[in-house]
Amino acid sequence: MSTVLELAAVSKTFRMHLQGGIRLPVVSGVAFDVKAGECAVLAGPSGAGKSSILKMIFGTYRCDSGSIVVRHGGDAVDVATAEPRQILELRRNALGYVSQFLRAVPRVAAIDVVAEPLVIAGVVRTEARQKAAELLSRLNIPERLWPLPPATFSGGEQQRVNIARGFVSGLPLLLLDEPTASLDAGNRAVVVDLVSEKKRSGTAVVAIVHDEDVRRAIADIVVEVARFTPMAVEGS
Amino acid sequence: MMQRDADRPLLVAEGLSKWYGKQLGCRDVSFALYPGEVIAVVGESGSGKSTLLQLLSSQLESSSGRVLYRMRDGVTRDLAALGEAERRFLLRTDWGYVHQDPTCGLRMTVSAGANVGERLMALGWRHYGQLRSTAGDWLGRVEIDEARIDDTPSTYSGGMRQRLQIARNLVTQPRLVFMDEPTGGLDVSVQARLLDLLRGLVAELSLAAVIVTHDLAVARLLSHRTMVMKNGVVVESGLTDQVLEDPREAYTQLLVSSVLPP
Repeated sequence: MSTVLELAAVSKTFRMHLQGGIRLPVVSGVAFDVKAGECAVLAGPSGAGKSSILKMIFGTYRCDSGSIVVRHGGDAVDVATAEPRQILELRRNALGYVSQFLRAVPRVAAIDVVAEPLVIAGVVRTEARQKAAELLSRLNIPERLWPLPPATFSGGEQQRVNIARGFVSGLPLLLLDEPTASLDAGNRAVVVDLVSEKKRSGTAVVAIVHDEDVRRAIADIVVEVARFTPMAVEGS
Repeated sequence: MMQRDADRPLLVAEGLSKWYGKQLGCRDVSFALYPGEVIAVVGESGSGKSTLLQLLSSQLESSSGRVLYRMRDGVTRDLAALGEAERRFLLRTDWGYVHQDPTCGLRMTVSAGANVGERLMALGWRHYGQLRSTAGDWLGRVEIDEARIDDTPSTYSGGMRQRLQIARNLVTQPRLVFMDEPTGGLDVSVQARLLDLLRGLVAELSLAAVIVTHDLAVARLLSHRTMVMKNGVVVESGLTDQVLEDPREAYTQLLVSSVLPP
């Protein structure tokens, strides 16, 4: 299978100007590849830089050095050096991200929150809504909630709306930040199924999951992030 | 080979500077805005962001640098070289300008319907029935009850006035809209509704926009890219989520950390 994502020599340091300019090295020398249909799970203690790596791949965090190459449809884009509009295009066509929390927009119905990535990519709204509805029912969001804005939903419901939004489009690379954190066993199993289906259809996945069972069920590669942490943690 | 429309910039600023005597307005601002792209210019009052907006929309003459705009015929022109008639045509049809204070962008003594219809009449529309139905349609799109079409904006609330100003600007299907603190003088709940409405319209009409705001939430909700200005200079720019979540410059870090979490 072809390589969809290639990280090489990626490093990141935060510089906190308001704290006297102290430098916080997050990761250095990050290198791994993910092929189409593969799932790489980032593992390591909290603070090791797992979420930072995901955010660098998505372009939300800037990368100080190294390269993050995403390949899709014959194109290769290095997120580390790409122009903002190249990254925006990548996000429309190739790169999906399920964050830990849903950033709820006031007044937009749950079904439209889920359908939005498809609409942005040019799918007709009725068709996008139909796909959104399928995912919401698979994730056990009761139909009476679909027309409501998710701001008032419970944490678990919001997270499932967020997952549905992330899985609705057929993007070739999907980044998952703790997708199962606030879910019960039944819904965790649904997410495992969804990830497996994505993999079968050729999507490359990079995920952060703490749940052992979920990790075992979805991971093809485990990337130990601690080895990229600049100051090695004693005894770990 | 034909280039796709979306691959060619709509508006380009090259080394724009403005001095008011010895006082700096803004210095050496350069960027390109593409069709359908929304850029936010954030900074405190006095940072030069409003000066920049006026330079871009050719309401103010620059001291140096230039602004290029790709006209509807596909030809990119230097705005300073346009004739008065061409410039007026841009302002009336291809551009929108949403003022912070809606009374600056509306005619307060004529009806809401006439406020929306006026820009269409400037395009040569004459049929009363069409003007009225299009105006009514746009009032609906900005969530103003059509029954208020014959009332003057002086009888409207602040939020309604701002929505009317937006309808007046968008009715000619502009390709580019300049917005100066569009949620500025409004209550928080009214702001949320307006932002949400703007977000929908911008996406639906694939508008390009330059939005000047001191409110980072406005930038986050509406813009793809953000430029941070301080003392007349752009100190940082990038994808909006990048600038807000991984701010690099001391000033941007200060701005971001000064916002109370929602």
